[in-house]
Amino acid sequence: MKLAFTTKGKGWDAEIDPRFGRAEFLFIYDEENNESVNIDNSSVSEHAHGAGPMTAQLLINNNVNVLITGNGAGGNAARVLDAAGIRSFSGADDMTVKEAYEAFKKGGLQG
Amino acid sequence: MKIAVAGGKGGSGKTFIATNLASYISEKEKTALVDLDVEEPNSALFIRGEISNSETVYKMIPEWNGSECTLCGKCQTVCNFHAVLKVKDSIMILPELCHSCYACSELCPTSSLPMNPKRIGTLTHYRTKNLDFVESKLDIGEEQAVPLISRTNDYMNYHLKDNISICDCPPGTACPAVESVKDADLVILVAEPTTFGFHDFKLIVKAMKELGKRITVVINKSGIGNQYTADYCRENNIPVIAEVPHDRKLAEYYSRGELVYDKFEAVTAAFEKIYRYIKETLK
Repeated sequence: MKLAFTTKGKGWDAEIDPRFGRAEFLFIYDEENNESVNIDNSSVSEHAHGAGPMTAQLLINNNVNVLITGNGAGGNAARVLDAAGIRSFSGADDMTVKEAYEAFKKGGLQG
Repeated sequence: MKIAVAGGKGGSGKTFIATNLASYISEKEKTALVDLDVEEPNSALFIRGEISNSETVYKMIPEWNGSECTLCGKCQTVCNFHAVLKVKDSIMILPELCHSCYACSELCPTSSLPMNPKRIGTLTHYRTKNLDFVESKLDIGEEQAVPLISRTNDYMNYHLKDNISICDCPPGTACPAVESVKDADLVILVAEPTTFGFHDFKLIVKAMKELGKRITVVINKSGIGNQYTADYCRENNIPVIAEVPHDRKLAEYYSRGELVYDKFEAVTAAFEKIYRYIKETLK
């Protein structure tokens, strides 16, 4: 399974960015081969509209299965994630990526 | 002749000035009041009339027809607003984000994205004794005010071209505010002389300069706050044509949905000044 975290920085110790569409970075972790990658999402700030769908598209292109974020995706982005079959979990604000991943595994985030 | 009543800050008194000014002028010549603040139109609280015309307003959005589509993804590449997305084996349209530019539809190699009308709001034209009043209202849940404001401008240009039209504009300096002053011959900026009001006032002045608009200022709630706005206008050669005093009695009338242009001498004098300025400037 591939998980995407919205983050304010890079790596497992980065803080979760509560925003979805305008998250600064995405941290993508592939459980199968234990590989992770950081994606700089800052170019989204150049777009006045459609940040949510744009970031959702990025998750689709990276074949992500699960999204872990803070506030949750907005209406348009949520529709795109739904259509793509990406499950979304929110409430991970104030956590690091590592903490959010553990909370997710224990079922401690809102699905 | 089109006069936009704008002002940056919400609550500075745009509707107050627009409704009273239109009513004042309507006693002298053919006048229209047009509520372009389509996300929260409230001029109708002060103007009551018979409906003379109404229409439903649509914007055009693409609809995906998958039978010939090869999923080449051209549509999502050309969309500047991320309103068209390739999601797995289908093309998804997000109507609220679509700006009706037709790019995806026109550039689709298989013509799989025909444009179709989508309802966004209503336009209602009322007649009172002296005044034509047009109110446009965006449907709940719609995100884009601009296409409805644009349609209302067209309606005004066609049906009310012989009137002096006073347009009640939305607050802010974003797309709806820009669209609502687009056809205006003169923009009256209603300024609230507070620190907060001054902050937003500078933004709207900058936006109007960028658009090359002729601007003038009415200071509303004069007597509260500070002198920043008046000083700024003097330093930048922006004419302040009238001031409406801050007065609890005016607020009481306003809160009951009543007009005041003919009820207080100082207020009538202010509207006379604005009217005279319009006549002299736009001869």
